[in-house]
Amino acid sequence: MGTSHCAAYPELACGCSVHTTIEANSLGTRIIEVVYNASNNELVRTKTLVKNCIVLVDSLPFRQWYEAHYATPMGRKKGAKLNRCAGPVYPDGKPFLQIKTMFFKKALRAGVQTGLRLQSSNAAASTKATPKTSLGFSFELTDQQKEFQELARRFAREEIVPVAPAYDKSGEYPFPVIKRAWELGLMNSHIGEDYGGMGLSIFDACLITEELAYGCTGVQTAIEANSLGQMPVIIAGNEAQKKNYLGRMTEEPLMCAYCVTEPGAGSDVAGLKTRAVKTGDEYVVNGQKMWITNGGKANWYFLLARTNPDPKCPTSKAFTGFIVDADTPGIQVGRKELNMGQRCSDTRGITFEDVRIPKENVLIGEGAGFKIAMGAFDKTRPPVAAGATGLAQRALDEATNYALERKTFGKVIAEHQAVSFLLAEMALKVELARMAYQRSAWEVDNGRRNTYFASIAKAFAGDIANQVASDAVQVFGGNGFNSDYPVEKLMRDAKIYQIYEGTSQIQRLIIAREHLGKYKK
Amino acid sequence: MSGRVLVGVKRVIDYAVKIRVKPDHSGVVTEGVKHSMNPFCEIAVEEAVKMKEKKLIKEVVVVSCGPQQVQETIRTALAMGADRGIHVEVLAKDYESLGPLQVSKIMAALAKKEEAQLIILGKQAIDGDCNQTGQMTAALLDWSQGTFASEVTLEGGQVKVVREIDGGLETIKINTPAVLTADLRLNTPRYATLPNIMKAKKKKIANVKPVDLGVELTSKLEVLRVDEPPQRQAGVKVETVDDLVGKLKEAGRI
Repeated sequence: MGTSHCAAYPELACGCSVHTTIEANSLGTRIIEVVYNASNNELVRTKTLVKNCIVLVDSLPFRQWYEAHYATPMGRKKGAKLNRCAGPVYPDGKPFLQIKTMFFKKALRAGVQTGLRLQSSNAAASTKATPKTSLGFSFELTDQQKEFQELARRFAREEIVPVAPAYDKSGEYPFPVIKRAWELGLMNSHIGEDYGGMGLSIFDACLITEELAYGCTGVQTAIEANSLGQMPVIIAGNEAQKKNYLGRMTEEPLMCAYCVTEPGAGSDVAGLKTRAVKTGDEYVVNGQKMWITNGGKANWYFLLARTNPDPKCPTSKAFTGFIVDADTPGIQVGRKELNMGQRCSDTRGITFEDVRIPKENVLIGEGAGFKIAMGAFDKTRPPVAAGATGLAQRALDEATNYALERKTFGKVIAEHQAVSFLLAEMALKVELARMAYQRSAWEVDNGRRNTYFASIAKAFAGDIANQVASDAVQVFGGNGFNSDYPVEKLMRDAKIYQIYEGTSQIQRLIIAREHLGKYKK
Repeated sequence: MSGRVLVGVKRVIDYAVKIRVKPDHSGVVTEGVKHSMNPFCEIAVEEAVKMKEKKLIKEVVVVSCGPQQVQETIRTALAMGADRGIHVEVLAKDYESLGPLQVSKIMAALAKKEEAQLIILGKQAIDGDCNQTGQMTAALLDWSQGTFASEVTLEGGQVKVVREIDGGLETIKINTPAVLTADLRLNTPRYATLPNIMKAKKKKIANVKPVDLGVELTSKLEVLRVDEPPQRQAGVKVETVDDLVGKLKEAGRI
């Protein structure tokens, strides 16, 4: 598929070839010719927000050239045109980037699926990892994914499960467990290799998250909040910001937080009142944030504040995203909130009083904040759905084991149809939730806009986690209500999955919008 | 002391799985059952990796005998820190009769081929519970052996081994080259970290056939029958000590 341009372009490693890939989003389908190094399966991805396409380049030097001349992850460079044969050319005059029409869509879609992005992590993926793709769709994990899952599973069962009840009772922040997870590489999985991370795909991260959540969702939420806080920097940060704020996360076990919600604005992000006023080379921020996970433990925050006071200014231009060091003067961390569940997770209100943020800490530029904040969700909703699924799986396992031991009316309760039907429905829900989050993760890893699937996964997983946990308590009967048994904690922990990261109601709004959008002429 | 350590690992049914006997009583059910590295082999790998980290040895080579699936076990050891692996290919039908004698012949041949200075094995496998491979390997090579090791210290050309024996602990000093077998309290095996799992993909696993090592796999043992242990019978409660003594006498126990 494609011709080799190695000779024409000395920086490319040998064995590369030009491929075509497509990207489908709500705006349509585009086909771009790209360069891919098949010999070591290493791809360096850049994503141009403007076209929302994937351009695959095969080595870092080439990527740097591409970004210098053509487009950065945040958009095309001024003057560069993504037109037919009008783009950059190789030294020998051959055009590099061409846009073809949608003519070869079907054939190329198959090519993309089988060839390019089935390996789910950037680092040297196993060459025998390509699943049997003659059917085009696969539920098979690669060997590496299985090993990751096995590691996370062992860790959760051996190191999280035994200590979770104690942390739940005391509410103490589970730093020893988090530190251990950090040492094993189970945290900060989205950070790229350039900044000391492993650049795992969202799918791989979801596999790990589900296993950790099985152990305790309080611990897992504290870990996940890191990913949420980092995501705006990963998708929108410049080189200096990434090196500074992502680099430090891989050098020490630090925490960060996503600081958007306010006492008066949760779902209604556009109703944020925190103000950031430009004064010289700084922004002065005043306002109050609430329900910030890791609020009291974070080393830095991603902050969303309103920079344009004009109420008529559209949402897409009124907000700015900032990176704020937690020790900046003027930041007041509130008390640790006592919540219904996930009690070891640190949730606080944060007050900003004349906090000064240097303009270097603005992500992209003034007014770009809303899109960044929302863009992060497409990548963090699948892991949250995975977390809810992990909780549901735990509830199912506990209930099933109990049902096979407890005897009433002369037999184990699992043999009473009322209980076995309950367990069957719990199993049904868990399996479907798993498939939903896997699909949404797979979609975004393949370069497609996954908002529809991410919302479906999060809404469904959050809802069933609550149902399954409640049913598990029911299976345990009187014992289920008691804190000596593990299921009452699961029921308390599950509730938040219908609330944070976009309430179940907001998810339905999004799904309806995406769904109807497909039908509109 | 520098040089190469050979570590043998075995892929066994996971310790947490409930074992079931096959209906024809020829063995236990292994199809579709979760397998993992023998816990004592994990301890052996950990000890070797620790020695390498302390720069007491140069290379850790992990060996496993069996069909294709044992490669996963070798990969796990590589992810824990071993440098390279050797997969001794044994066909599935031969694997059933592969016992400690055959494995120790293979280990001895490999030790000579790789010029290893130490062989570390688990004290026994949790499926066979033979507790023979280490001792036989040492005998075939005419090397010293330090078995049931709960503490190992390398001192120049010798090894100080603290052994767990029935009466307590025994400390011995043996010359290298030596075979050590790991007991439970030797160390706590590490988790492979995520980055190490990814790095392990790049490490080499060589394939070797027993015939290349000059080893004959025929076994002189034949398994006649495998049965489950007898079901636990309900006990009997007695009121006084005399009743107890009386009952025991009846049963012919005293």
